[in-house]
Amino acid sequence: MKTDFRYMRRKIFGTMMLGLSILAALAAVSMLFWILGYTFIKGISAVNLDFFTKLPTPVGVPGGGLANSIVGSIIVVGMAALMAIPVGIATAIYLSEYGRGFFASTVRFVSDVLAGVPAIVAGIVAYALVVTRMHRFSAFSGSVSLALLMLPIIIRSSEEIFRTVPDTLREASFALGVPKWKTILSIVLKTASGGLVTGTILAIARVGGEAAPLLFTSFSNSFWNFNPGQPMATLPVDLFNYSISPYQDWQQKAWAAALVLVGMVLILNISARLYLARKGFKRNG
Amino acid sequence: MADKIAVEGLNAWFGKTQALHNINMAVPENSITAIIGPSGCGKSTFIRCINRMHEEIRGAYSNGKIILDGEDVYGSGVDPVLIRRRLGMVFQKPNPFPTMSIKENAVAGIILNKRMSRHEIEETAEKYLRRAALWDEVKDQLNKPGVSLSGGQQQRLCIARALAVEPEVLLADEPASALDPISTAKIEDLFTDLKERYTIVVVTHNMQQAARISDRTAFFLSGRLIEYGTTDKIFTNPSDKRTEDYITGRFG
Repeated sequence: MKTDFRYMRRKIFGTMMLGLSILAALAAVSMLFWILGYTFIKGISAVNLDFFTKLPTPVGVPGGGLANSIVGSIIVVGMAALMAIPVGIATAIYLSEYGRGFFASTVRFVSDVLAGVPAIVAGIVAYALVVTRMHRFSAFSGSVSLALLMLPIIIRSSEEIFRTVPDTLREASFALGVPKWKTILSIVLKTASGGLVTGTILAIARVGGEAAPLLFTSFSNSFWNFNPGQPMATLPVDLFNYSISPYQDWQQKAWAAALVLVGMVLILNISARLYLARKGFKRNG
Repeated sequence: MADKIAVEGLNAWFGKTQALHNINMAVPENSITAIIGPSGCGKSTFIRCINRMHEEIRGAYSNGKIILDGEDVYGSGVDPVLIRRRLGMVFQKPNPFPTMSIKENAVAGIILNKRMSRHEIEETAEKYLRRAALWDEVKDQLNKPGVSLSGGQQQRLCIARALAVEPEVLLADEPASALDPISTAKIEDLFTDLKERYTIVVVTHNMQQAARISDRTAFFLSGRLIEYGTTDKIFTNPSDKRTEDYITGRFG
């Protein structure tokens, strides 16, 4: 009799907790859809061809777009990726293929700490390292700050991926009389390439939306600029500037910028997943 | 028959655990030598010492001599990378490179070390796929991934890959233990054919297999070489009580 009661109580409690966790999951997902939906509704009216092809217009002049900051974002993030990817992957190779002992665990710890550094601090560092020495804001300094943010993400994701390469493949290569460096380049890197690409795309998507570190590094620019030594407009910074402006037209543009930014990040994320899925399929087939 | 490999006073450790104790044995050229013994007796460690793969495991080391054609594999100035090209190895689980096609896998040991023309790759791949008795089964699908083959075919692909480096010795660590009986029979036939060109040392859990294919058999127990002799003698008239007990299935 008593056991029956306990069983019932446990069952009811279990069902309740399951219901609560489903509610929590729904709440989390609905927030995402709310953000996406709201951005879409507010922004879609200002997204047109001009937005992607024209320069910003002065306040009060209708039309214009943010073509320069879309391209600027791609340049700043691209340069950051060029800096962070080689260093990050090389560090991951060291950690997974060679790293043992004190130095390796220090590197791992530092990279974890770096991953927790607030974005604005990365901006300050780039400001102190680059901007104060060049005596001006520049796209390059913005890229440095984003690279600092990307680096730990790439290191950790790449190290995990290198660890999924089975040791039996390394052994097979060693047993064929292939030196270790060649084994890493031709076997480990190649086998891991799918995961590396995915991890890197996700890291790019992660920093692509950062505004804080760019506010006082790459700054902003109302005109075309392809010189990394000069200030460059980026979508997140324009989004910030436009959204706090008192002008209706600019606020509308901020929504459009938000929509385009979310769209770009979404495309990057989806393409990373698709790439991995296809790669996995090919390997099995 | 001349001795191809002479093992003298070989000891091996994993950290503080000693896995092999003072092994002495000579492997004759162009023969198949089977290493038998219960799990954990040091069989795999033994053949991994021969091609210096043991030291690739963190914390693992060894001492003693392994003389290959008069030269100590562990001698000073011997490059383990180069010595491994003379001592091919086949592993328990087939491990073709997943990023490579069948053709590329067959010649992987060569193309990883030097450039090869497309024509050379084709020719060399065919030569060694034939030698590994796999050519007829794969000749129409050479560009498919190596991992698309069945387990038994993958293992023969790995044998082809090992042979393509032109080793003198083939070390096999339970090469058929993950395979079905038909694939196992193919590997056994293959080894019997290959012994005309190579010296083969094969670790096996399967005593019938040892009896079927090997010329000499070594029985290992707890990291020690208990008995070593012709396969006939070991299986019909062992000198050591422990060998007899193991072979008759009384333990292990």
